[in-house]
Amino acid sequence: MKLTTPIRAGLAAAVLVAVAFLTSFGASAEEAAAAPMTFNKGDNAWMLTSSVLVLLMTIPGLALFYGGLVRSKNMLSVLAHVFYTVCIVIVIWVIYGYSLAFTGGSSIIGGLDKLFLKGVTTDSQAATFSVGVTIHELIYICFQMTFAAITPALIVGAFAERMKFSAVALFIPLWVTLIYFPIAHMVWYWAGPDAIQDAAKVLAAATDEAAKKVAQEKLDAVMADSGLVFQWGAIDFAGGTVVHINAGIAGLMGALLVGKRTGYGKELMPPHSLTLTMVGAALLWVGWFGFNAGSNLEANGGAALAMTNSFVATAAAALSWMFAEWMTKGKPSLLGALSGCVAGLVAVTPAAGFAGPMGALVLGLVVGVVCLFFCTAVKNALGYDDALDVFGVHCIGGIVGAIGTGILVNPLLGGAGIIDYTAIPPKVADYDFMAQLISQTKGVLTTLVWSGVGSLILYKVVDILVGLRAPLEKEREGLDINDHGERAYTM
Amino acid sequence: MKIVMAIIKPFKLDEVRDALTAIGVHGMTVTEVKGYGRQKGHTEIYRGAEYAVSFLPKIKIEVAVPSDQVDKTVDAITAAAKTGQIGDGKIFILGLDSAVRIRTGETDAAAL
Repeated sequence: MKLTTPIRAGLAAAVLVAVAFLTSFGASAEEAAAAPMTFNKGDNAWMLTSSVLVLLMTIPGLALFYGGLVRSKNMLSVLAHVFYTVCIVIVIWVIYGYSLAFTGGSSIIGGLDKLFLKGVTTDSQAATFSVGVTIHELIYICFQMTFAAITPALIVGAFAERMKFSAVALFIPLWVTLIYFPIAHMVWYWAGPDAIQDAAKVLAAATDEAAKKVAQEKLDAVMADSGLVFQWGAIDFAGGTVVHINAGIAGLMGALLVGKRTGYGKELMPPHSLTLTMVGAALLWVGWFGFNAGSNLEANGGAALAMTNSFVATAAAALSWMFAEWMTKGKPSLLGALSGCVAGLVAVTPAAGFAGPMGALVLGLVVGVVCLFFCTAVKNALGYDDALDVFGVHCIGGIVGAIGTGILVNPLLGGAGIIDYTAIPPKVADYDFMAQLISQTKGVLTTLVWSGVGSLILYKVVDILVGLRAPLEKEREGLDINDHGERAYTM
Repeated sequence: MKIVMAIIKPFKLDEVRDALTAIGVHGMTVTEVKGYGRQKGHTEIYRGAEYAVSFLPKIKIEVAVPSDQVDKTVDAITAAAKTGQIGDGKIFILGLDSAVRIRTGETDAAAL
């Protein structure tokens, strides 16, 4: 067969791209090896463990938590949505996700410097929250990968039982690319403690005016090499804005756009297995220690604080939801306790490493009641069908947590305070209540608007391309048999 | 021969079985069913959603007995399944034309 020139050129280009693709990982081993080695095996071991714990939260934790809550005819559909989301996001993450979220670029979105993990080697280092301490960058990539995977998986609960699989399959990669990566970049990307401390030291050592001016400019540049919300001073330890508010508002938009489930409010739609929901909620709690305590990036006192808070706030919220329900509805339900457990985990997520244990206790007690109110009174009054209460638990719980973090970080309330890395050596900065509250609110509003409006547009696009909603007869018969050709339970 | 069909509360099954065994009834068929009568239903609450569940879980027992044992059978079931509360269930008696034991080919009374 004789190939025409354009085809031959095209083939050659394809081969070049393929080679670049396969060899991009580890391309600059020499540069990376030159950096000083300050790895601690304990930190690395903890972060390897944490990454796997966050995966456990999602599959099977979240999948079972959600799966138990739907009717048995849609069980596999929910499990498939969650499992698919995890897999597609992992693939996207190593291709361009990590680069867009965690490299410098603008304050809104990162660049393409680490496309295909270019330049990352087994020697590459990622900053932690301590000067002179790093972990392996590959571990950081895996850890953040699991966050990117669980966030869109949270959304699927809102439109469960009527969204087509093809719509989910298209929506998830679009959402994670255009909503999650920018928000993660805006809230979490920064130059790291070493870069700031080094620039601060140069400034402190500068003697004459000219040198001071140059050093100050250098420090400003380092500080500006971070996300927009980060620059505003908003703190979010493990993802109250990035994960929960982000997914929660996207869920609400999905529930509104795809419409109510057929028969909603008229037919029985009880959970098909609260047993599995309990198993899922408990796995979420266990996995969440990787999520919250892992977000400390080091196995030290900060991780211990995040772990303690993740125990305390969660238990408090489970109790407050259960008792509030007992008082108002007459019975203390297991589902109430499980919902409170998740609400508590959501609220303590941004606060985990910032609040003190007593602050976490108060946060948990408050969020249990607030989320119960939103999942019952507000949802019923407004009449939207957020099937598994993604908005009521994750968005509302995330907002309570994000604002609560701004208050509870105060060292006077037992909080850990916010570290000022420009001080030599870094120390806890003075706490300013109003300034912190404004920063937190700006972070919350940015996430609500970006994800709310962005998700709305993406749902519309998906609706035009493949259609969002399963046809009526298929919805009636169940998505398992129609979308996936299989059943969860056979006689 | 008659079929005695009883709808009872699920937790009464063992007592009914023991009572029937005691009067010499050596076989029955049990089915998990749902239904309602005077008891109507109950309410279940899942987060904010309140559901009026009108079909309640019950157990249906079917026993085939010779016609002269029907009264004894009905008495035994009634005594064992009764709580005095609404929702105890009902007993229906149906005619039975013939019966065959598959293993031996015995028919009618010998097959019961």
